[in-house]
Formats: sequence, structure tokens, C-alpha cells
Amino acid sequence: MSIHDRSRGGWAIAASLVMAMLLSILPLPPMVHAFMPEWLLLVTIYWSMALPHRVGVGVAWCLGLLLDVLRDTLLGQYALVMALVIFITIHLHQRIRVVPLWQQSITILVLCLIYALINFWIKGIQGLAPDFWMALISPFVSALIWPAIFLFMRNLRRYYQVN
Amino acid sequence: MRLILLLVLSITLMTLDYRTDTVRSIRAGLSVIVYPVQYLVDLPGSFIRWTADTFVTRGTLQEENATLRTQNQILKAQLQKFTFIEAENVHLRELLQSSKRVGERMLIAELLSVDLDPFRRQVVINKGSMNDDLYVSQPLLDAEGVMGKIVHIYPLTSTAILITDPDHSLPVQVARNGLRTIAVGAGSDNQLELLYLPNNADIQIGDELITSGLGCVFPAGYPVARVTAVNTNPSLPFAQVLAEPTAKLDRSREVLLVWPSHASLPEMQTPCSRTQEEDAP
Repeated sequence: MSIHDRSRGGWAIAASLVMAMLLSILPLPPMVHAFMPEWLLLVTIYWSMALPHRVGVGVAWCLGLLLDVLRDTLLGQYALVMALVIFITIHLHQRIRVVPLWQQSITILVLCLIYALINFWIKGIQGLAPDFWMALISPFVSALIWPAIFLFMRNLRRYYQVN
Repeated sequence: MRLILLLVLSITLMTLDYRTDTVRSIRAGLSVIVYPVQYLVDLPGSFIRWTADTFVTRGTLQEENATLRTQNQILKAQLQKFTFIEAENVHLRELLQSSKRVGERMLIAELLSVDLDPFRRQVVINKGSMNDDLYVSQPLLDAEGVMGKIVHIYPLTSTAILITDPDHSLPVQVARNGLRTIAVGAGSDNQLELLYLPNNADIQIGDELITSGLGCVFPAGYPVARVTAVNTNPSLPFAQVLAEPTAKLDRSREVLLVWPSHASLPEMQTPCSRTQEEDAP
């Protein structure tokens, strides 16, 4: 396997991540927005699970930093949670990959809950905590939508032979 | 190991961002990277508006033109009186040896249709530090009233916090009797809460609230909200008063940026002229 082979389809990864960023700042009514899954987190989890040698903790941290600027939060807030969640994902990736989709969803739920709770906590320190139960909606929606995202991303990865 | 390094780095960044403004340049640099993403999200909406503007019939345009002309006539007529009153006001204030209120500079900006944090009330506008001399905590108005103020300035865009954000409070007064209070955003819906009003305060439903100019951020006299509910419960220390902003916070596309002028007589040191330069975020 040559070096050229190893870094194939980087643009597909980048394109899917940009797509996820677009989705995460789509203008929606506030009520609908609370029900939106964490697109960028889910796509990053997928890539770090499928290709942990390409999308790792460092990439996740940089993506989180961009999300911080997009959402105008404290610089480093999303970077911290993204890095942490992706670190856990990479630790567990061989175990998550082999189980059926609905069991993967449960793991995703736990990961998204960690993400949401640490976010909630950081906002709370700044005195900006939203309604706690509202903050819990997004992780459940993310877990529900995970099978669809997984299948879509796997097709994308196979079609463009990203490895 | 790398994780711990990154976690420490992000905590450092957060602390610096919260306490100081040393990371402003990092933010500005990153904002230029993400600008294409914001631009792409805004694109469909602005395309629809562009087509709607381009393919209007002659009849509609003529009709609109006629309405605008009438409106302009009426506004001009009102303005004639206003100029006279303003001159008189300046004169009277000179007699009273108090500070003058002079005209403010304004600039029209457009909102980008992108969403920020779902639990906050913030907007992105299409003016940045590259072309205009904006400053942090600059007031933002629309045609109907006060909208919010600027929090972050980037090269191409800026973000502003709306008056309904839970983190935003603004000193107001009741236009009818000059009763002063503070309007704090209720966050979840299009509402403001008025704090620290005693149960026997002279405030009623329908009262208009205007900026009092006390915080030195907003110029005095702009409409803010209209009182919608007054609950007096003797067992609570303060009355619970709710108000609805007069500005169309979720519908306005064009907003006005204001450069307030706090001109004063030379012998008087107004607190506002000092805060303008220091300008804490």
C-alpha cells in the first residue's frame, strides 16, 4: 500500500464535515432548533469510528473551535467537548463498530449526553444555562437519527472509497 | 496525553475569552475561515429575495412607489416640526446648562440568515471591522425600536445579542411618567421582564417603555417595548411585569447601527463620554 493509497478521499471527509456545519447553523424557528440533532458531532463520530487514524482528537478539537465561532459561544467550549467525546469514541471504536445499529444508537445516546451535559455545565458556569430538559432533547434526537446517518455515511465512504 | 493537552488548551482559551479580550484576534481569524459556511447558508434566502425583487411587475412597483411617496410626504411634514422642537430643546438645555443631545450617525446593515446557539438570542450582521468602524456594545435598532447590541466584531461579519437574550439587560423608563426600571430578556420567547418594580409602582398594561440612556450604551429616548402583563402579588417583594419588544426581532432583515453622541458642555464631565473610549465588552 503506497502513501497515495492511504490518503484517499480526504475531500469526501471534508465535504461531509462542511455539510454538517451548514446543517448546524441552518436558520430555523427556535422551537424546531431545540429538536435538531448535533450534526457535526454525529458526522465526526462516524469518521473517527470508521477511520480513527484520519479523524482523531486533534481534528475534532479544531472542528469544535470552528463550531465555537459559528455559534458564537466561548472560544474552546465546543472544542473541549468534541475532543473529549471523540477520544471516548476512538477508545471504543472497535466495540461500537461490530454491534447492530440499534445498539450503536445507545452508545451514541451516551456520547451525546456527555456532550450535552458538559456543554450545559460550561454554560451554567457563565450563568447562561438553558432549560435542563430542553438541553436533553437533542441527544435523544441524535441517537434516533444515528442509523440513518450511519448508513448514509457508510455508502458515501464506500462509494468514494475513502480509507 | 494529547487529549489532556487539548483539554488544558481549551480551558485556557475559555478562561481568556471570558475574562479578557486577548483571544479576539484568534476569533477574528477563525471567523474568516467559517465565513463561507455562513455565506452558503444565507445564500438560498438571499437568492429568493433577489428573484422576488427582480421579477416584480410594473404595476406593483408603481403602487409601492406611490405609497412610499405619500409616506415620505407625511414623514417630512412631521420632521419640519421636529427640527423646530429639536432646536428649541437645544436652546432650553443651553439655558439650563445641561448637556446637549445632538444627532446620531447611523448605518444600515443586513442580517445574515444563520442560526447561532439554539438557546440564546443572537444574530449575525453583514458589517465587520474591515469596512466600518464598529465598536463592541454598539446599539442596534430597527425601524420600530431597539433590537440589541454588538458583542463580537469580525473582519467580515459581527454578532449581536438581542434584547430578549437572558444575558441582556437594558435600562428603560416608562414614557408616560419617567419611572425607571431594567428590562431583562426572558430568553425563551419574545418577551422582556421588568425588574425591581415595587407592587405599588405606577405602571399599567399598554405603557410604552423607552431607553433611559443611563447605561451609557443605548442613546436615550428610543422605543423598547410595551407592557403586556402586570402581576402584583403582595407576598412577593416586587411586581412581576412583562413587556413585548416593539422591534420586530424575528422578522427584521435590515437593521440600523447607531453611533450615539454624548456631547456635553466643557465644564461638565458626563460619565458616558468616558465609557465610550474604554468600552468594556
